[in-house]
Amino acid sequence: MTLVEVLFLLLGAMALGSAVLVAVSANLVHCALWLVVTLGALAGCYLLLAAEFVAWVQVLIYLGAVVVLLLFALMLTRAPTGAVPDLTSSNRFLAAFTAAAASGLLIVSFAAGFGGTRIEIGSGDIGSAGALGSTLFGAWVLGFEVLSVLLLAALIGAIVLSRRQERD
Amino acid sequence: MPLLFPLVLSALLFGIGTYVVMARRHAVLVLMGVELMLNAVNLNLVAFDAWWHDALDSGQVLALFVIAIAAAEIGLGLAIVLLVFRTHQHINVDAMRELADRDGGQRADQEASKHTDRGAGSSPDRVAVTPP
Repeated sequence: MTLVEVLFLLLGAMALGSAVLVAVSANLVHCALWLVVTLGALAGCYLLLAAEFVAWVQVLIYLGAVVVLLLFALMLTRAPTGAVPDLTSSNRFLAAFTAAAASGLLIVSFAAGFGGTRIEIGSGDIGSAGALGSTLFGAWVLGFEVLSVLLLAALIGAIVLSRRQERD
Repeated sequence: MPLLFPLVLSALLFGIGTYVVMARRHAVLVLMGVELMLNAVNLNLVAFDAWWHDALDSGQVLALFVIAIAAAEIGLGLAIVLLVFRTHQHINVDAMRELADRDGGQRADQEASKHTDRGAGSSPDRVAVTPP
């Protein structure tokens, strides 16, 4: 077992453990903070998979923006900072069964399809900002532009939704 | 590294995200579950990219696209959550029943009252919607 595998297993266990805590914690702010741990551990996994730029984008967008937005939403909706007793709905066992069935099915099909394959991380700059930027603005530029229009639409939609209606 | 490591991790994360979306009552927690599911997808994309050595970097570029779409989704989702909080004073997703199918007996009662109110105009299969 190489060092990369050991590190990946450690980061994966960290991500899984904190994701479980997001799923079961009774404190809303703790859930958001455990989500930070999950996303940070996943950024480490991306680094180990030679996706350096994706890892830093993950740190910037998810840890920097999305979690802050979630915390803002928790505060704006006056979420209690203490433990909330009935945060999980009563059909949690059905939900847990469905989730376990979904991930079990995925794991079985992955094991059947890619059981013995190994990732050989190549040398050179695979996931650096330069290499990714040249393909992003070369072959993927149409998707990039469509995505910017989508972001604009989401921005306008969020403004329209959160504007107070003027009653006459 | 075996390809199964990231694949199994992403499958488990997807399952946890599914559980959070289905079992949690707070709307912001549901959004957190969606984020977990999207991150599982991203891990899959990056792992397959590292395995396949694509000349176009498809997996990593698509992971970047998914991250951007997740940012747009979280912005819209939080706008909706704040709107719901402003109109309902709570964001308990189990208690938002305005657009839900009513239970059998209750629904039959409502349909009956509707029929007496408006005559035979409304079809029996219509979902009851309370006016704002």
